[in-house]
Amino acid sequence: MSTIYILWLRQLKRYLRSKARIVGSLAQPLLFLVAMGFGFGPFFQKAGQGNYMEFLSPGIIAMSILFTAIFTGIDMIWDRQFGFLKETFVAPVPRSYIITGRVLGGATVAAIQGAIVLALTFIFGFRVGNWFLIPATLVIMLVVATLFAALGSAIATQLEDMQGFQLIMNFLVMPMFFFSGALFPLNGLPSILTIVARFDPMTYGVDSLRVLLTSAGGMALSPSIIVLFVLAAGLLWLTTVLFSRMEL
Amino acid sequence: MLFVKNLVKKFGDFTAVDDISFRIEKGEFVAFLGPNGAGKTTSIKMFTTLLHPTSGTIELNGINPVKDTFDARRSFGIVFQDPSLDDELTAYENIEIHAVLYKIPKKDRPGRIKELLNFVELWERRNNLVKTFSGGMKRRLEIARSLMHQPAILFLDEPTSGLDPQTRNHMWEYIQRLNREQQMTVVFTTHYMEEAAKFARKIIIIDHGKKIEEGTPDELIKKAHASTLEDAFLNFTGHDIREETASAADRMRQRRQAWRGK
Repeated sequence: MSTIYILWLRQLKRYLRSKARIVGSLAQPLLFLVAMGFGFGPFFQKAGQGNYMEFLSPGIIAMSILFTAIFTGIDMIWDRQFGFLKETFVAPVPRSYIITGRVLGGATVAAIQGAIVLALTFIFGFRVGNWFLIPATLVIMLVVATLFAALGSAIATQLEDMQGFQLIMNFLVMPMFFFSGALFPLNGLPSILTIVARFDPMTYGVDSLRVLLTSAGGMALSPSIIVLFVLAAGLLWLTTVLFSRMEL
Repeated sequence: MLFVKNLVKKFGDFTAVDDISFRIEKGEFVAFLGPNGAGKTTSIKMFTTLLHPTSGTIELNGINPVKDTFDARRSFGIVFQDPSLDDELTAYENIEIHAVLYKIPKKDRPGRIKELLNFVELWERRNNLVKTFSGGMKRRLEIARSLMHQPAILFLDEPTSGLDPQTRNHMWEYIQRLNREQQMTVVFTTHYMEEAAKFARKIIIIDHGKKIEEGTPDELIKKAHASTLEDAFLNFTGHDIREETASAADRMRQRRQAWRGK
């Protein structure tokens, strides 16, 4: 446990000491909230869909978690290129402990980032439906963060450099975000996009947060949460296997 | 201490280490020399459990690193060729992580960390982020970290590359003290022949993955009919310039990528 804890703590310290990273990673969610929230809000309302800021905010919180959690993979490539990974690879501890500490550390950072964005949405008029559900919301944020931190790390085990990760961002992460229902409702989409959304893990994260924060999701909460937990556990296992086979 | 017998490492059809054997006894100070791509780093990776041998045996402090990996890892310390510190953490925190990874009891950690940081003259800078350190300070910190778990053998892979003469001199003083006072076995690689001649009591030269020669600096100079160790080294390994080729692992990755059609 101490190995997992110290590597978890390392991720947290690195995040909290990097003010530029904290501020920088808030810029994108803020831009989406302002530009899309106020830009599309009137059209959304005219179309009879209600308050767009209420709809958009959970999606932007999930987006912030997704992007920050995936960054855990970049952290690993960085550590691989600049040496710290070697220090952990020659230590007398199982690789599974090392990767668990790293993933949980990255997930905690992403969940904190999500919580900060949640607080910021209040400035733009977002209101929580039921405050008693906030603890459950935070738990789901952590599960979503673990899922994507594990995914980012799994991908990173197969990549040699940052350029490869950029490709993953463009061809996997951005589509996962856009087809998750974070920005627009999924009902009424062409059937092919509905299928894509169903296979997108981000869809379940966005919808769960939307249900918990506004009581207005498109799917039942319990199945979505089960999907998230199963995917997070499955990806953490897959990442452990891939990480254990890694060679430097 | 380190007994290697018929060690082979292949990456596909490329043989990086080709049937090398040698014995290093406790307290020896050994230079492991070879031109670029000779197989030094691949060998050290096998000694330090980062790579599995294709065939042959390694016995490290009485332990088989392939079978008892964790016990073997507790027996050695390593300073890698490239820096392996976390720049965003302080000197103290970097060593503390090492202490936790090596399961050093919590009560023993502060005293031991202080002792080691004093040893490499970094105690006053313990709370500074490593990114503010010079190359020499980082190397000293890596040495201190590698000693945290009191290893029986210390591997140093080109520990002084890129350092100025003053820092190199200091580094070797620390390492010699460890060897002299604690009978710690030291195995290092270097491209600076004067360092090997000055500090090593035994030299093993490898090239193209094979062991070429082994002996004291004087023995090798005499055998090569040379006047310096550098001349002897050139006589043994040739004068051709070696390409700065990718490491064996890199070659394997390149082949894998070629096979995948990337």
